[in-house]
Amino acid sequence: MKRYIDVIMAGFGGQGVLLIGNLLAYAGMREKLNVTYIPVYGVEMRGGTANCTVVLSEEEIGSPIINAPKSLIIMNRPSLDKFQPKLADGGIQIINASLVDPELVEKGGRIRTVLVPANELADQVGNARAVNTVMLGAYVAATGMVKLETVEGCLSSVMPAKIVPLNIAALRAGAEHALKQLADAPVSVAMKNAAKKIAVKKPAAKKK
Amino acid sequence: MADKMEKLFVKGNEAIAMGALAAGCRCFFGYPITPQNDIPEFMSKHLVEAGGEFVQAESEVAAANMLLGAGACGVRAMTSSSSPGMSLKQEAISYMAGSEIPAVIVNMNRGGPGLGDIGPSQGDYFQSTRGGGHGDYRLLVLAPSSAQEAYDMTYDAFDLAFGSKNPVLILGDAIIGQMKEPIVPRAPKVVDPEEGGDWRLIGASKSGAGKREHRIIKSLFLMDGELAGQNMKLQAKYDAWKKLVDFETFEVKDADLVVVAYGSIGRIAKNAVRALRAKGKKVGLFRPKTLYPFPEKALEKLAKEGKRFLTIEHNLGQMVEDVRLSVRKYADSDLFCVYPGNMPSPDDFEAPILRALGRK
Repeated sequence: MKRYIDVIMAGFGGQGVLLIGNLLAYAGMREKLNVTYIPVYGVEMRGGTANCTVVLSEEEIGSPIINAPKSLIIMNRPSLDKFQPKLADGGIQIINASLVDPELVEKGGRIRTVLVPANELADQVGNARAVNTVMLGAYVAATGMVKLETVEGCLSSVMPAKIVPLNIAALRAGAEHALKQLADAPVSVAMKNAAKKIAVKKPAAKKK
Repeated sequence: MADKMEKLFVKGNEAIAMGALAAGCRCFFGYPITPQNDIPEFMSKHLVEAGGEFVQAESEVAAANMLLGAGACGVRAMTSSSSPGMSLKQEAISYMAGSEIPAVIVNMNRGGPGLGDIGPSQGDYFQSTRGGGHGDYRLLVLAPSSAQEAYDMTYDAFDLAFGSKNPVLILGDAIIGQMKEPIVPRAPKVVDPEEGGDWRLIGASKSGAGKREHRIIKSLFLMDGELAGQNMKLQAKYDAWKKLVDFETFEVKDADLVVVAYGSIGRIAKNAVRALRAKGKKVGLFRPKTLYPFPEKALEKLAKEGKRFLTIEHNLGQMVEDVRLSVRKYADSDLFCVYPGNMPSPDDFEAPILRALGRK
């Protein structure tokens, strides 16, 4: 199976979803994957919602626009309402549990969910604005599509050098939380298998 | 180890602006409109820093006429806009074609008619390939489907425009303009300062060593037989463009059905074709990269081999007319339209391709 994932990242304008979209795309590029990034296309305004779609693939990418994404990063409630129903069967969503009521998460095993108290974790690493990189850290750990170190190495491409160390801490805090949750959770066998599959996917040692 | 050459991660719009700069573009004239604003934004900084001229004109009409003026002086110049703005530029474009002035024009097609919306669309296919303004004329029309192609086509467009003394149009859409992808830039061109030396209007002294016959660049031909002569000359030029035809094929060799699509829809359709091939369906893709000249001979050849066709477009059916004309001796083309206002997605294409494949 060729490496492939697509993700829609969504939140309020100002939460930094476009930045982590770019960051993931840079990491994909550095791991020699084909990448596309497209920001939401609509008449957006300050304080409104923002989202972007990133596709990472070993094969040539056709559509940069995805109707039924394989994964989601959900930063706020309106984004959950809009995108959770579109998540593909077997897909995974990383949800900012600081702002989204876990009760709203779809039950029944169609999709998988990782809940991340991202605002609290961002506060703990020292800056409330690092919510976005906490979420991306959790996403990268949960999906294994690219290596966390690769993402860390790309931070300086999308932000000033002085805030890179803080964001490395934020990425790691998110990643740790996600891995712990995936390991601890009283999950179904199916979910464990899925997680295992992802773990197998991980080797970036893969040579072309 | 890092790549041999570091790739840039840029929007299609930025790729176009970068390609133009590397091709030696010296002047940009524009008026803002979504979804192409990244082009003037980039040029307003980088073209000026490179010593060129950037003008935000008072209107699209003015920008297009400034382009005409710069082109008449033999200067590598460009303008960019999106559908409603392109309509406003058509008068000057017709004049440029009529008076054989080179220029590069970019249209990042958005939904229409009228003001439409700011989303992607291919509704300007007719306008682009049939001239757009009044009179018998054509533009060389290039349709990129990736940021890299957007860069490369713009990079080449200036040579093509000056080589044939005609405006060249880059036709993208909101997807191509807004999508970010890695690109590999090319070495900046060294433009011959004597380019256009035998026709450009840069002034000449009335006497002395620099004296020469005065030149007139015009599109008005009132003398007996003069306009017919000009039209014959233009037609010969358009005929000569046929050697510039370019297209991509994917899995067409043993295909029963060939999907014809261009630009963003071309790449999305390729997804669907690849997915159907994985299911054993004998389908292929034909993606014109030049919309004018249209790759009619290549399509005719496929039709002669017995293949059938499905045209997929983000409009109500425009390029399908050219596909049908190309294959008419041997086949026809089905049509699947994504209506402007809707976003295309590869999941939407598999069913219509299968339907067309199933029809005999």
